[in-house]
Amino acid sequence: MPTTSSKLSAGRLAAHLVFILFSAFCVLPFLYVISISFSSERDVALEGFKLIPKNVTLFAYKYLFASPTSLLQAYGVTILVTVAGTALSLLLTAKLAYALSRKDFRFKNLLSFLVFFTLLFNGGLVPWYIMITKYLQLNDTLLALILPYVILPWHVLLMKGFLTDIPPELIESAKIDGAGEWNVFYTIILPISKPALATVGLFIAFVYWNDWWLGMLFIDKGSLTPLQYLLYRIMNNITYLTSAVRAGNVSIDTSQFPNESARMAMAILACGPMLLAFPFFQKYFIKGLTVGAVKG
Amino acid sequence: METTYWQRLTKDINKHKGLMALAFPGLLFILVFYYLPIFGLVLAFKNYNYSDGILGSPWSGFDNFKFFFTSDAAYQVTRNTILLNLCFIILSTIFSVVFAILMFELGRKSVKVYQTAMFFPYFLSWVVVSYVTYALLNPEMGVVNMLLESFGMEAINFYFEPKYWPFILSFAYLWKSVGYALLIYYTGLMGIDRTYYEAAAIDGATRLQQVWKITLPLLTPLITLLTLLSIGKIFYSDFGLFYFIPANSGALYGTTEVIDTYVFRALRISGDIGMASAVGLYQSLVGFVLVLTVNAIVRKINKDNAIF
Repeated sequence: MPTTSSKLSAGRLAAHLVFILFSAFCVLPFLYVISISFSSERDVALEGFKLIPKNVTLFAYKYLFASPTSLLQAYGVTILVTVAGTALSLLLTAKLAYALSRKDFRFKNLLSFLVFFTLLFNGGLVPWYIMITKYLQLNDTLLALILPYVILPWHVLLMKGFLTDIPPELIESAKIDGAGEWNVFYTIILPISKPALATVGLFIAFVYWNDWWLGMLFIDKGSLTPLQYLLYRIMNNITYLTSAVRAGNVSIDTSQFPNESARMAMAILACGPMLLAFPFFQKYFIKGLTVGAVKG
Repeated sequence: METTYWQRLTKDINKHKGLMALAFPGLLFILVFYYLPIFGLVLAFKNYNYSDGILGSPWSGFDNFKFFFTSDAAYQVTRNTILLNLCFIILSTIFSVVFAILMFELGRKSVKVYQTAMFFPYFLSWVVVSYVTYALLNPEMGVVNMLLESFGMEAINFYFEPKYWPFILSFAYLWKSVGYALLIYYTGLMGIDRTYYEAAAIDGATRLQQVWKITLPLLTPLITLLTLLSIGKIFYSDFGLFYFIPANSGALYGTTEVIDTYVFRALRISGDIGMASAVGLYQSLVGFVLVLTVNAIVRKINKDNAIF
């Protein structure tokens, strides 16, 4: 950084003020969502959305958990897809990226170009959609939520950026000792690349967790609806939530249904784990983004 | 004996068997999900029906394109895509460069909290963000309308008023992405040699002069590169932003419909696969030409910055 003066000049003060305002702009809208989820429907109807709930109530959450079948199912689908997808994707991405990062690999340039070219030109949505639904017959299966994202070119290039830093002597010496490529990959490359695997793995998990696109395109079955897509359907049609809750719980009076607060509570529940993990993940994310920005 | 090209090739394949095997599963995915669909672009010239598949469906010449380009939609979605993306690029660049420089000036420690706060929206999916905008824009209870009413103004039914949406979408875009964009510039700034500033300070340059004469010029190549890259992608838009934030309200299509949402609706809602692929091909081709053009420009300015 420039000449370090910790004096609190007028300029510094102004800069702090700008940041405080913009930080508030970034955080406040979400605080409203949290607040509404803890408000009673009556307060919301009478006074509108407030930053601090007049009466704090857990009613919306209790309501959602009164019959949590569709919510829990969606959580189950998303967790399963995220775990299985991240494991498969990380392994295959690392294998491919490792081969491409090897300077002595004869086909390195050709194959790297094949991966990179997909970022510049591709068939677009329709042929891809028909490929998956008609030729692979994946619609309404969990595989439709996993396979299309297993290899994302951007992740391969990011991983390759990390793996290029491995000193070739390390690989050479292992090969002199008679280890084959697979052995080198599993016993040397994977263990020493833990930070890279953690960073790229995080990116992959983030993609799977936050995805609504595949659900929207390929899933009609209620029991396979991932969390983000469930959330979209609720936003689109609040009766979807009402009927989902009512189906399992006849004793609830539907006129009491906490429309707005239940919606917002759903949003909080859907991004809950992400929110809790955010402070912890942030530094890995920043690291990955900057490596990607410099090398990608 | 002279070795032919093929003999060398088989020898190389043999030598790199292990690496080929490691790369193979990943390449298979690339082939299936990225390269095979390219052949599906012929759909744009066909009258697709599900049972005959891509190859069996009858040809229709340029009918799909005629249908799209003679409709009002062609102009409307192209205009929306380009203008809105242009707006995003300009706003996002200005905000993130200014913030990155300010952060750089304040020093790493004192900006940590701001960085976290500004980065936070990046982690939310567009679906969640659509709940946030709903909380702000709801006609009866929304925060913005409550504010308007408290100033004695009339409430606005945002979800039926297309004229406000270029602003709303820009706000939503900035909200979600500035925290990320500024990080890239901030990292660029961290690479600047400190001795420039020391020398300038000795010569009596003020902080503002240092920013104008040292920081900005050194940041310019990165700004140019990132701006050109986003211009190369200007034909593609962030689907979630344009689909979820306007809550799929038909009244807003005039200012919120972009190529990506148009293709999606043609495919999934009206089921017009032929036209959806014609528009898709239009997007792929123009997008590709744009990327090549931009790359040629970058190459001309500075060879090292070119993407390929």
